[in-house]
Amino acid sequence: MDQSLTNSEFVGHEEHAPEAKRSLIFARPDHKTGIVSWLTTVDHKRIGFLYGVSALFFFLVGGVEALLIRTQLAVPNNTFLTAQTYNEMFTMHATTMIFLAVMPLSAAFFNYIMPLQIGARDVAFPRLNGFAFWVFLAGAIILNVGFFVKSGLPDIGWFGYAPMTSTAFSSEFAGDMSTDLWIIGLQTLGVSSIVGSLNFIVTIINMRAPGLTMMRLPVFTWMTLFTAFLIILSFPAITIALVEVMMDRNFGTFFFEVSGGGLPILWQHLFWVFGHPEVYILILPAMGIVSEILPTFSRKPLFGYPIVVFSGAVIGFLGFGVWSHHMFTTGLGTVATAAFSLATMAIAVPTGVKIFNWIGTLWNGHLMMRTPMMFALGFVWMFMMGGFSGIMHAAAPADAQQQDSYFVVAHFHYVLIGGSIFALLAGIHYWFPLMFGRKVSEFWGKLSFWVIFVGFNVTFFPLHFVGLNGMPRRTFTYDDNMGWSSINMIATIGAFVLGIGIAVYFVVMIYTYFKGEKVTRDPWDARTLEWALPTPPPVHNFDVTPKVHARDAFWDMKNNKEQTIKDAAETAAADEAHGGVHMPSNSWFPIFTACGMLIGALCFANHFMPGAIVGLAITFAGAWMWSMEGPGGYHIHPTKDENDLGKS
Amino acid sequence: MSSHAATAGQIDHHHDATTTTGIPNKKLFMWAFLASDCMFFGTLIATHLVYRLHPPVGTPDPRDIFAIELTSGSTFVLLMSSLLMALAVNSCQKGNVVTTRKMLLGTIVFGLIFLGVQVYEFVHFVHAYGLTLSSSVFGSTFYTLTGTHGVHVAIGILWLVLMYIRSFKPADESDGQGWIMRGVLHFITFAAMAVLSLYTLLALVHGYEDGHGLAYFFSNHFMAFFGCVALLGGLIWFAKPRGPVDFGEANAVDVESMGLYWHFVDIVWIVIFPVVYLLEYVVLP
Repeated sequence: MDQSLTNSEFVGHEEHAPEAKRSLIFARPDHKTGIVSWLTTVDHKRIGFLYGVSALFFFLVGGVEALLIRTQLAVPNNTFLTAQTYNEMFTMHATTMIFLAVMPLSAAFFNYIMPLQIGARDVAFPRLNGFAFWVFLAGAIILNVGFFVKSGLPDIGWFGYAPMTSTAFSSEFAGDMSTDLWIIGLQTLGVSSIVGSLNFIVTIINMRAPGLTMMRLPVFTWMTLFTAFLIILSFPAITIALVEVMMDRNFGTFFFEVSGGGLPILWQHLFWVFGHPEVYILILPAMGIVSEILPTFSRKPLFGYPIVVFSGAVIGFLGFGVWSHHMFTTGLGTVATAAFSLATMAIAVPTGVKIFNWIGTLWNGHLMMRTPMMFALGFVWMFMMGGFSGIMHAAAPADAQQQDSYFVVAHFHYVLIGGSIFALLAGIHYWFPLMFGRKVSEFWGKLSFWVIFVGFNVTFFPLHFVGLNGMPRRTFTYDDNMGWSSINMIATIGAFVLGIGIAVYFVVMIYTYFKGEKVTRDPWDARTLEWALPTPPPVHNFDVTPKVHARDAFWDMKNNKEQTIKDAAETAAADEAHGGVHMPSNSWFPIFTACGMLIGALCFANHFMPGAIVGLAITFAGAWMWSMEGPGGYHIHPTKDENDLGKS
Repeated sequence: MSSHAATAGQIDHHHDATTTTGIPNKKLFMWAFLASDCMFFGTLIATHLVYRLHPPVGTPDPRDIFAIELTSGSTFVLLMSSLLMALAVNSCQKGNVVTTRKMLLGTIVFGLIFLGVQVYEFVHFVHAYGLTLSSSVFGSTFYTLTGTHGVHVAIGILWLVLMYIRSFKPADESDGQGWIMRGVLHFITFAAMAVLSLYTLLALVHGYEDGHGLAYFFSNHFMAFFGCVALLGGLIWFAKPRGPVDFGEANAVDVESMGLYWHFVDIVWIVIFPVVYLLEYVVLP
């Protein structure tokens, strides 16, 4: 890491903003290396790296939880886990994988790659970006505090259905705060996601390089934009629902309390109004990554770019109108059931359009079967499989049979592992050379792909059958005479194969980081702007802001070198006339403010109100000092010989 | 985007040359946030309406509880505060700092009147009708919805106060950080003034309601009243001109973003007032 992200180009002089006399707390730190530089960083690449490392850590935690679940289910009447521990494991497995692994790993790519793809120097609000990461980490800590305290982990499922969250059912002993930790942890993660997404929206709309019109944006950037809109519009529903259940638990309201006339079904509606867009929050970034990888390794532009983009928009839009398909068995009435069934089937259309466009991209391409391409192709196939079973339970009568069975478990693992995770693993291999200047060995990369691919299918394909045979979800064991035993044993063996595959992937990744084959700029001969940068990218990203003349901007630059060199000379002259490249200073206040939120949230979950007020005061003080600290900033003067955007 | 380059009369408030769309980043951020905030209130209002459509047995009739004349009055005050907010943005864009301050103060006062009426209303509902968070699901949804709106107004007032104090930052920082400390004291004075004046006013109203006169009020709440006067004196002292300030046209985008938030909170009330209050008086066949 040291050489990659800290090695900025400090040539020429470094001039600070005019010195105002400020006391120590308002002086902005300018550390370039060391722990302080990481704690105070405002660099989107470093923040992306922090997101990535945290997400991969929690991905492993969630994976271990999954293996514990599969071990318990390997044989009938197993006593490996108690029912209580099993409940905690499936709750935390889902919560961790969704909120602490897939979402932040997507956020890592949003942070690292998106500003590079649009030719920006950073996101619109660099300190707010750091704040979003530290608040995410605070939320992750709150959710996992249960590992270390008496009340244990949350055990109400990631959906937290009422009335399971009421004090009567979830507080098993005095001081049991596991449900409060879950509520406040998700609340904190919501703050992080919304703040981060607002930042991405402003960045994509307002900070594009000259000539980069919306319809020239790389598809990954488009999907970042759609995901950010989904987040800001769907998270409020869960935030308010969580506020209401928090009020029920702490202040005696009756939102979901049947005894006072509350309607538990309302929770399901509010939860899935958030929960279904959330599904697309998990898959749209994956679709964006695959839409970058397939053209690069097919040596062709993306087939039907506009329709891929519009399909993403339609998926995001329809995603808000299908939530009740999670509730077909609650007795919505025939009209509502039919309407939501139709809307759900309609959403298969833009998804199918995307699949055909990816196939059209591959068609007649000169396919380069490299490791990222393997994962991307795995994505297309496995995601399609998940889509097929999805259409099966879009039909309400069929869903009535499949509801809460392992058929549903098989379905969403096909779209979440076969879909999201495959694409994210592809993205790591694809952008690894850009981020760290090293490339994974093809043999080990492909080996990890095949072990993961086989393990994944052996685990989840048989679960379709055991589900249709009636095996219920979220039940800690089953009897020998149900006919489910052999399939469960196969699934568990598959899960361990999958686990070995992931382990191989991680070992290969870490080995590559230290010892992998070194590469230079643009190792894949790629198409989008981020590959115009040297590897690893310097702290200021582009020596000169590129001018964009076509979609697949970098491909166009490589084919029009005279134009590129002319553009670069013009922009460089303009930059130098403005005193060089302006860079922001670091700041302590994002992490300081996030710490206030962590303290306040933990104390509130423990019903320790003075601590909660102190936490709130720290948050407010942090935000205030944030606004008071000096403008800071310094200028970088890239040397002339680095203006070689056109050379490659 | 640096605010330092700004000099009076040269800023185009409708176009920011440094961004792709010409919209300042801060303003775009605020628009996106307000889109998100719409969904927050949408969820709360939906919850309230669901339970008004399915009221459990024993739900009180809101018409017996609401004081619709009073709420209509405070609604009017809140709407007028938006007018003052718009004038504040306008005068800031013209670089008129003194008028900006006056309009910010007016917005703060009108906002505080609205909040005061809401506090009075809540206290009245609890004491006169026993309507609490846990007396019925109507109490739960009513207080949570209108309380969340009240918190938004309070955050808006906090922001307005901070912006008002920010307008006193001296242009010349060479004398060190005295202005930061003065700003903190200014803020504490302002916060104390806001809380104490609300308390004093409510005490006066409650005194009248219980049939007491001014003499009773002054004998019982003399300290509070005197405190208000003293704090007012403090605020006047803080507002004393101290040379040129680092506040003006360049900050118009900050004032405008705050104005967007304030108008949004008003618009939310324009939805809440008919849906939660007026709709109760519509007699369905």
